Amino acid sequence: MSEPLLATRALTKRFGGLTANSAVSLDLRKGQVHALLGPNGAGKSTLINLLSGDLPVSSGRILYRDRDITRLGPHQRSRLGIGRSYQKTNIFGPFTAYENCRLAAQSRQPRPWRIFSDAQAVPAVRRAAEAALEAAGLAAVADQPAASLSHGAQRQLEIAMVLATAPEVLLLDEPLAGMGADEAHRMVELLQKLGPDHAMLLVEHDMDAVFAVADVITVMVNGQVLESGPPAQIRASPAVRQAYLGDDDGPPGAEGGAAARPAGSGGRSA
Amino acid sequence: MNRKRLTLALSLLLLAAVPLAGSAYYTELVTKVMILAIFAMSLDLLVGYTGLVSLGHAASYGIGAYTLALAAPRYDPASLWVTLAEAVLAAGLASLAVGFFVVRVKGVYFLMVTLAFAQMFHFLFHDTDLGRGSDGISISFRPDASVRGFTPFDLGNSVHAYYFVLVVLLLTYAFLRLLLRSPLGHALRGIKSNEHRMQSLGFPVLRYKLASFTIAGALGGLAGYLSAAQFGFVNPELFGWHQSGNVLLMLILGGLGSLTGGVAGAFVFVAMQELFQALTIHWQLPFGLAIILLVVFLPGGLASLPARLRPPRPEGPFHV
Repeated sequence: MSEPLLATRALTKRFGGLTANSAVSLDLRKGQVHALLGPNGAGKSTLINLLSGDLPVSSGRILYRDRDITRLGPHQRSRLGIGRSYQKTNIFGPFTAYENCRLAAQSRQPRPWRIFSDAQAVPAVRRAAEAALEAAGLAAVADQPAASLSHGAQRQLEIAMVLATAPEVLLLDEPLAGMGADEAHRMVELLQKLGPDHAMLLVEHDMDAVFAVADVITVMVNGQVLESGPPAQIRASPAVRQAYLGDDDGPPGAEGGAAARPAGSGGRSA
Repeated sequence: MNRKRLTLALSLLLLAAVPLAGSAYYTELVTKVMILAIFAMSLDLLVGYTGLVSLGHAASYGIGAYTLALAAPRYDPASLWVTLAEAVLAAGLASLAVGFFVVRVKGVYFLMVTLAFAQMFHFLFHDTDLGRGSDGISISFRPDASVRGFTPFDLGNSVHAYYFVLVVLLLTYAFLRLLLRSPLGHALRGIKSNEHRMQSLGFPVLRYKLASFTIAGALGGLAGYLSAAQFGFVNPELFGWHQSGNVLLMLILGGLGSLTGGVAGAFVFVAMQELFQALTIHWQLPFGLAIILLVVFLPGGLASLPARLRPPRPEGPFHV
């Protein structure tokens, strides 16, 4: 098995008296889609925020290619190749979809201080932005202001901006949230396509999507890792069924997955 | 776009024609307005394009002005080109030093610390020997534009001074346009729109803000220098928060984030001042009222006027 690109060791985050993440250790490897499941409040988004540097850790370590990056700021981690998307759409509303991605790609430009050059005229940046829009299925709306896009398209843009920075590690916080069926389908295809070349951490409530793309699933409850393993193991795990689904009416996704609902709804027993 | 260019060209022609009217008073008044316009544009980079609302921009203005006063020999004219470069450099360096601290805070805190730093400069020049106290310093000779014996123009001549300031205004505008077109300019707009996301996309946001603060300060110093050269006099009030507040008002009147808005704002500001001063000794009352009305009924500033007057197009870019 390949060496982990991004790893956490006993990562802990406390907000006052609340422990949002407790001794979380996991490995993200290239070519592996690592899905994170758990009810609301399990600490999934907190973990992503710790990995991206949006939140400082309370204790524990984060390693990137065996280098300790626990104290690095968000922009430094981004430059190393760790890209993240947000659960709550976090885009540049007044700019066009293209400019959103172009700006993202610009962050990788080697010489940003040449103040007499034209930002729009850098071929590599332009290509990266166009490719990201294309991959996310937004080529047709490239020239529209981001704020005027539909909710689903804004979610796609959220991912496209991350792709435009050409990251090795993708931290995706509910990329399918609020998407229509068509958009969700296309996004799942995109995630499958990205899987082989990236190390991906995917927080997602859509069970169909998770079981369609995940190579490894980690289930979190109350800030702790309950169980981690291949989808088949998670599907069959009594502990997961007990704690996460709150019943023993069959594993998630076992009945074609269609019945699986967003987590935290307390199970789906009739 | 074409209409915008036409308006710009006409305004420029009009500006170029002012001294031809032959009124020394108006030539000097418009010179003063153009200096304020440069000052307003420099602040626009910070407020309108980077989203950093400073209440201490007068500090750079004062440093630019005092650089000339302190660098000028007592019984000889100073070299224009040398002292101009020194003023821009001094204001830029001071802004770099102040910026190192202030770009770390946001919103109303940024407002307060920039104000505090400007007040510190005010007291530094007001209460120490450095600035020779509250009386300020007279500059006996106007800066000399000669280069190796050749004198292209004479700043003592108000028409020459007018065109010199006009050229500096145009160069400042061109410089800022280029800057805003560059990757740095796009990044600054991104920071104004969504600083958090810029950071997460890998931009060292603090460094970009510091660059903006430094460049805005250097250009503010340029404006302060020109003012000292025109009036031949500096005093600590140049650092005052009135000065910072006025330039912010000009920007708001003209419209943030358009450069030309700052220029228009400077003109309207001084024009209103002149008008109300001619009408009444209590001119600040109608002046304040007029500003309130303008801001309430024209929230986007004068720069938003053309878009408001144009009938809405049936198919905007927002429709598919």
